[in-house]
Amino acid sequence: MGTPLLEVRHLVKHFVRKQGLFRAPSVVKAVDNVTFAVDEGEMFGLVGESGSGKSTAGRCILRLIEPTSGEVFFRGENVLQFSSERMRMTRRDMQIVFQDPYSSLNPRMRVGDIVEEPLIIHRLGAKPERRARVAELFELVGLEPAHALRYPHEFSGGQRQRIGIARALALNPALVIADEAVSALDVSIQAQVVKLLLDLKARLKLTYLFVAHDLRLVEHICTRVAVMYMGKIVELGETSALFARPTHPYTQALLSAIPMLDPDAPRQRIELDPTSFEREAPLREIGAQHWAAV
Amino acid sequence: MNEPFDEARGKPLNQTPARDKPLLDVQHLSVTFGGPTPAVDDVSFSIARGETLGLVGESGSGKSVTAFSILRLLQSPGRITAGRVVFDGRDLLALAEDEMREVRGAGISLIFQEPMTALNPVMRVGDQIAEALLVHGKASRAEARARAVELLEAVKIGDPTRRVRDYPHQLSGGMRQRVMIAIALACRPPLVIADEPTTALDVTIQAQVLELLRELKARYNLALLLITHDFGVIAEMADRVAVMYQGRLVEHGSVREVLRRPSHNYTRNLLAAVPGAW
Repeated sequence: MGTPLLEVRHLVKHFVRKQGLFRAPSVVKAVDNVTFAVDEGEMFGLVGESGSGKSTAGRCILRLIEPTSGEVFFRGENVLQFSSERMRMTRRDMQIVFQDPYSSLNPRMRVGDIVEEPLIIHRLGAKPERRARVAELFELVGLEPAHALRYPHEFSGGQRQRIGIARALALNPALVIADEAVSALDVSIQAQVVKLLLDLKARLKLTYLFVAHDLRLVEHICTRVAVMYMGKIVELGETSALFARPTHPYTQALLSAIPMLDPDAPRQRIELDPTSFEREAPLREIGAQHWAAV
Repeated sequence: MNEPFDEARGKPLNQTPARDKPLLDVQHLSVTFGGPTPAVDDVSFSIARGETLGLVGESGSGKSVTAFSILRLLQSPGRITAGRVVFDGRDLLALAEDEMREVRGAGISLIFQEPMTALNPVMRVGDQIAEALLVHGKASRAEARARAVELLEAVKIGDPTRRVRDYPHQLSGGMRQRVMIAIALACRPPLVIADEPTTALDVTIQAQVLELLRELKARYNLALLLITHDFGVIAEMADRVAVMYQGRLVEHGSVREVLRRPSHNYTRNLLAAVPGAW
């Protein structure tokens, strides 16, 4: 594969929870020493269940949440050392699409203004140029440019997600973090939006960090995948290798839990036995392009 | 089932006991919300005792409205315009409201998608289970409390004597859904309608809840109307499947048949959209 566009090293995010006056605060290790790299032009899947830390990791990369420690190299530079001004400039290149198409768009703004806003913030172009760019973006994501004057509530969930994608693409980013970007959508709509994401990836040479819980989806669109469990990556590898030979007990349990479409397929549910593996075990190579913390 | 709700109400069972007849028979059901197109349009299906029927469709297809219509829980302006709903020999649409209240919970119960909103946040879960028994006059207060512990045990919640005293926020999402199932089963209804029962859950928790539903179905010979958008869940759980699209039932058959050889275009497209099918 190519050179890494994004390299995350030993990323840590601890949330400290105060528990009243006289009790020691508890520490939640949401992201606990996570290391991975995403190559240029790749669709990299970061999967896990609720509370695994996958979304927090995604947000730490953009510094929407400040990580506790670690390094995040974007085009070879550690963005965690950037000043806030420099970071803001860098975010032109790193964008995010959120899960919920209802809460991530300001209901009081026209959707055209929502998509134009990043251009205004980054002082790109005069008004007519920005308007032309918005129209171009609407077309790019399969929306009617004339609908730019409407408000979010006038659109369906799938269309709103397209608006979120248009906003993310406004500044021509190299990396898009898709944080459960299609999870809230009906399957047929989901398939259309996924198709759009793949199509945009090819046309605009985008790199995706695809944060998701749906393994069936990840299996079919991602080149590589990292499985997170309780703040750690427990397995990482090329998608085909990882799905063919899941090695970590958690990955095995997770894959065996997916309902299968074939009513006659043999089903063997593997229950996770938390004592069957060492929580602190480091990732080690278990096959070609395949690592597991066993 | 040894105690169908008719018996509990002291009424004789239907003359020809419903062994060969379907437990639930929905005929030509139509529902409108006052809009130009009906929300449910001439829908017919039936469920036998102990059978699982999967009702599958996307948002707005009318699958949940169908379930609410069966229980006559439609909110205004929703209104049934045509059709019959026969449950265990009785026409539910012709029942008086107090008779209908008896059917809900004791005859047909409902499991919702979102246990956090369906459970009362300021009531201990044990009391919520006991309440289901008390409103139907199925038990004294002390019996109801003992039954609550048994039911928590039946839905495999560890340490049930302690957990009955918990409030919903003290439980995980999977445990809350188990409590919902315990409430649904409290009066031993022959039919349970489960509306997206695992959609809000993580996939490993979903697997456990589905497994539990399968076990309870076998143990109590429950019939299940399983409403979902997930064909994978259908393939794992259902005997037959009905596909809804824009208020209409577009396909209906055995799970194997429908998954292998979908005959309606919409079903084909829906199956093709499932990531596993690409």
